Amino acid sequence: MLKETGIISEEELNKILPDEERRKKGPFAVVECVEEIPCDPCTAACPFGAIPPFDNVNEVPSVDFDKCNGCGICIALCPGVAIFVVDETYTADKALLKLPYEFVPLPGKGEMVGCLDRSGGEICKGIVVRVQKHPSKTNIIWLEIPLDFSQKVRNIKLK
Amino acid sequence: MIRESEMLVVGGGPAGMMAALQGLDNGIAVTLIDDGIEIGGQLIKQTHKFFGSEMEYAGTRGIELGKMLKEKLFNYDNFTYLGKTTATGYYEDGVVTAVREDKEYMKFRPRVLLIATGAAERPLAIPNCDLPGVYGAGAVQTLMNLYGVLPGKRALMIGAGNIGLIVAYQLLQAGTGVAAVVEAMPCIGGYLVHASKIRRSGVPILCSHTILDIQGSDRVERAKIVKVDDNWNPLPGTEKWLEVDLICVAVGLTPLTDLLWQAGCEMRYVSELGGEVPVRNREMQTSVPHIFVAGDAAGIEEASSAILEGGIAGLAMARYLGAPMTDSEYRENSAKYWNELENFRGGPIGRRILEGLKKVLEH
Amino acid sequence: MRIKEHPILKFDFSKKVQFYFEGQPMYGVEGEPIAAALHDNGVMVLRDSINLKRPRGFFCAIGHCSSCLMEVNGEPNIRVCIVPLEAGMRVNRQRGKGELR
Ligand SMILES: Cc1cc2nc3c(=O)[nH]c(=O)nc-3n(C[C@H](O)[C@H](O)[C@H](O)COP(=O)(O)OP(=O)(O)OC[C@H]3O[C@@H](n4cnc5c(N)ncnc54)[C@H](O)[C@@H]3O)c2cc1C
Repeated sequence: MLKETGIISEEELNKILPDEERRKKGPFAVVECVEEIPCDPCTAACPFGAIPPFDNVNEVPSVDFDKCNGCGICIALCPGVAIFVVDETYTADKALLKLPYEFVPLPGKGEMVGCLDRSGGEICKGIVVRVQKHPSKTNIIWLEIPLDFSQKVRNIKLK
Repeated sequence: MIRESEMLVVGGGPAGMMAALQGLDNGIAVTLIDDGIEIGGQLIKQTHKFFGSEMEYAGTRGIELGKMLKEKLFNYDNFTYLGKTTATGYYEDGVVTAVREDKEYMKFRPRVLLIATGAAERPLAIPNCDLPGVYGAGAVQTLMNLYGVLPGKRALMIGAGNIGLIVAYQLLQAGTGVAAVVEAMPCIGGYLVHASKIRRSGVPILCSHTILDIQGSDRVERAKIVKVDDNWNPLPGTEKWLEVDLICVAVGLTPLTDLLWQAGCEMRYVSELGGEVPVRNREMQTSVPHIFVAGDAAGIEEASSAILEGGIAGLAMARYLGAPMTDSEYRENSAKYWNELENFRGGPIGRRILEGLKKVLEH
Repeated sequence: MRIKEHPILKFDFSKKVQFYFEGQPMYGVEGEPIAAALHDNGVMVLRDSINLKRPRGFFCAIGHCSSCLMEVNGEPNIRVCIVPLEAGMRVNRQRGKGELR
């Protein structure tokens, strides 16, 4: 699937998500990088050592969800723009999604934006909670979205 | 006048710059000629962050990496840079000819020569592929990333290798729409994280699809795409016209090896490396002892590997010129680069490169 | 058309110079390839092909493909994709092989 469309499958996604129990405890990183490619900055990015170092630079990253606290430092340091942080405990029915964004213009705080799934289709609306500017110009958008869409939304569209 | 020099580097991409740095570091005077307006080769157009590891400056955007290497080079007094200068020939007496700014004719006789000329994009042979608006992916990058000129309003990208995927993303960043990426192979060739980035921006990636026809009076106005079977035969009834004013061709690169041919270096056709490439040893030395090679000219790969190969070649060239270093120092430093290269090539993509190298790397 | 805002890059278009395309005054940025300035001005056809007289434009941008040969200040076969723009340049579409004067 992914190899033909560029969209990660449900099955592949389930392999990279933490278990239900961990998901209920707070934010965690979703590293949507499932192919062996020569790239390892994520392993050095995490200040808590939640992404263990590789033996070979081509290894697929894994996340130790006991160490990951969802801080999001890795998001802007992944050259593949493939890391998201999801907090499914944000409110009773809303999740907080932090996503990397390398487009202009940037949305404003409080702005309502269209939420796109992995194929770029709009599936719901979300509210921008914060725009975290990063010196490397991979900025991070904090987005409040309906809880049911927490593992579906991966991009935004401004009006 | 013939300019006698110690080390001459042709090509100022990552491979050439890194080799020059190694030479300079070892006290060798280096002259570098490059035909671009700016030094840096492909790096000066790459706005995305590079992969790899720390030694290849992973996580740094290509443009920044180019600047870093450039700054390092210009710190050396015995570095001579000749930009807008095209190396035009290699002669039997070891003379390299060049033309500077289309005006000045120059001759060099270096004691050691590095060919780091990179690669050229392959064209696409379909009806009307010569219409203005059909551009190489690298050319599109030059317009938008170097000079801030929008290459078009809506593009069709041909090829879902890394270049096609990356340039599609860069088009979106510049404000050009991308109607689709078509790829004749049944699978995406480039890294899937690059594919996911454009997919979630709504760009369809159509595998098993190709472009059949282009129309427009004196520039591109539309393109016909079609689904193909496993043997790349168009499937009738699946044709579709897309309204686009830009067709971006990213169907592969061919090493630029003219000077190596002229110098009589032994060449072999290696499909894994993108075409005819020179036979070389582990010092990146060709069959002509004072000529070395590195980067895409030695085989299409990546900037990360071009940097490492440049390091290996530069070090070996410095030793060739008798720079003061002991054998064990040399071996140790060269091994650092080789270990990193082997690490880099340790995955499924690198495996293909290694297969190719078996055919040209002599021990 | 120029890119007005870019998420990664900053462009400096301040060094504006005038040049002439087929006698018509146009503006570009000094030092950029002539082809970039022409593209910005909407000029896509740079010459006619030698035999079939088909319109030809920009293609490789590295001075290799010969698609963009034009006549600049009376001199033919100039690769406008790699020759920097200067004030006052007279740039013309090239017909055929061009004439050396
Ligand atoms: C769109 C795109 C995205 C890429 N992304 C990545 C990436 O994410 N990571 C990565 O590692 N790699 C990437 N690459 C690949 C990388 O850019 C190349 O592999 C690398 O630049 C090769 O380096 P080089 O020094 O061999 O050649 P080049 O960078 O091509 O430099 C060669 C230089 O030689 C000059 N030259 C050629 N012939 C002559 C001559 N006769 N006289 C004088 N000068 C001459 C050229 O003008 C050029 O400046 C990408 C490439 C492209 C096109």
